[in-house]
Amino acid sequence: MSSNYLDIIRPGINTTFQDKGRDHLYHIGIPFSGAMDNRNYLIANKLVNNNLDSAVIEFAYQGPHIKYSGEKINFAVTGDVIFSIKKKDTEIEGKCYVSYQIENGDEVNIISTNKSVYGYLALGGELDLKFQWNSCSINTKANIGSNDGKKLDIGQRINLKKINSNKDLKNTNYINTKIENIRVIKGTNFDYFSEEGKKIFYQKEFTVSKLSDRMGMRLEGPKIENIVNTNIKSEGLIKGVIQVPADGNPIIMLSDHGTVGGYPKIGAVVSADYDRLVQMAPGSKIKFKEINLSDAETLFKLYEMETQNLLSQI
Amino acid sequence: MIKNISNLGDAALYCDFGNEVNKSINSQVIKYFKTIKEKKFEGINNLTPSYNKLIISYDLKKTNFKEVKNYVENINAEDSKDINSKKLEIPVCCHENFSLDIKRLEEILKLSREKILENFLNKEYFCYMTGFIAGMPFLGDLDENMRAQRLETPRIKVPKGSVALTEQFANIYTFESPGGWNILGNTPLDVFDSSKEDKPNLINPGDTVIFKEITLDQYKNYNE
Repeated sequence: MSSNYLDIIRPGINTTFQDKGRDHLYHIGIPFSGAMDNRNYLIANKLVNNNLDSAVIEFAYQGPHIKYSGEKINFAVTGDVIFSIKKKDTEIEGKCYVSYQIENGDEVNIISTNKSVYGYLALGGELDLKFQWNSCSINTKANIGSNDGKKLDIGQRINLKKINSNKDLKNTNYINTKIENIRVIKGTNFDYFSEEGKKIFYQKEFTVSKLSDRMGMRLEGPKIENIVNTNIKSEGLIKGVIQVPADGNPIIMLSDHGTVGGYPKIGAVVSADYDRLVQMAPGSKIKFKEINLSDAETLFKLYEMETQNLLSQI
Repeated sequence: MIKNISNLGDAALYCDFGNEVNKSINSQVIKYFKTIKEKKFEGINNLTPSYNKLIISYDLKKTNFKEVKNYVENINAEDSKDINSKKLEIPVCCHENFSLDIKRLEEILKLSREKILENFLNKEYFCYMTGFIAGMPFLGDLDENMRAQRLETPRIKVPKGSVALTEQFANIYTFESPGGWNILGNTPLDVFDSSKEDKPNLINPGDTVIFKEITLDQYKNYNE
């Protein structure tokens, strides 16, 4: 029996447990999953003295309201998130990228993400979760992972297996940056699209549709015309790939994406821009900018170096 | 053999084995897939074989396009072990509750519902690959007169168990998911079971599948 646990007073809209994700399973149709915004996931763990691959609570838009019972424990929230901490008779506004201590009876109410999509709540300890294929990441579409592969629900109790003995409070003044253009590499079916369609892809603005989730981001805007074939033989995909079905509206594959797909690929978002891409909320405007492979590799190296720097300063 | 290697984004190799779909090309793909999978190259985190392509995705923190390409080009794809060839019968109910795209299929194929079912059922289909969603089998080949394109706008939700067609292939939606295939019926059978971590898929590449029609009553009573 665990004496340290969380009760879910309100689960939020799309609240799941996520960690580093699971690999080596695409060939049977199981995607990578894992935290959508990897940088914010890592920072959350670092702020509470966890191993960097520990499971955290990921939420989208409205987050969970939880009540904690047990010994003192640290927690931290990352992303661009509005939340409050309720202790006995006082309620204070929480700050992201700062770790706090909570004790028996305290509540954390994650009200919403601010002009972004995903936020992370890390607790200084180890959540008692089931691992499936070496990861407890929840994939709600295939019902894979901890919590029977389902979103967190009202009234649910989450036990902690252990609590970190290191209770040093940490903080960092990281600011989530937005980028003007999402950089892409030309797709393997780029020539399927008309000259006008290619121009539209690189020059026009697209709007993130409400029909976006952990599987994919659908875009609306000017239609991209296909002049060869609106279907290809289904083949493997990776996150970031942009497919354009017959209706001419691009769909970007995200972390829970289908492992194969049969729509022509006009491009693929570079790895360095992925964390910022997933944070673009419905209604946000997106413009694509083409770069080449070697620039994309360099950008990722820089992005990764920056992430490591951020982590080492915490 | 691999005809061309290019990049898919900045974290995957796109290995092209040709444009045709046939068992001979598909078995080449599977051969490479199995060989590379066994060798466990540091940094490769996923291999996705399909009809005639192999996508190899890797961790950009550990390796890059040039390294993985060089590795794949110098691989000797040994003869892979025989693909097991199970023969499976899949019950399918094509009642109007389930055959969501029958009208569309009748129009596109210019065939009656009866003729479509007659052409589809009781025939052997080869499993080329599994994927898109967990455990979904891609089965071929449908008769020439049964080939329809995907929906123009994919559905947000295709019901679990849907048996659907596109071009020369049939598949089974192992979960409710988005999808653009033409839905002909539904199977009550669980085609994917995540509790079996080492063997979650009922149908694997190389298997043969035959669809047998069941009535709505049989469907309802199937799992009781």
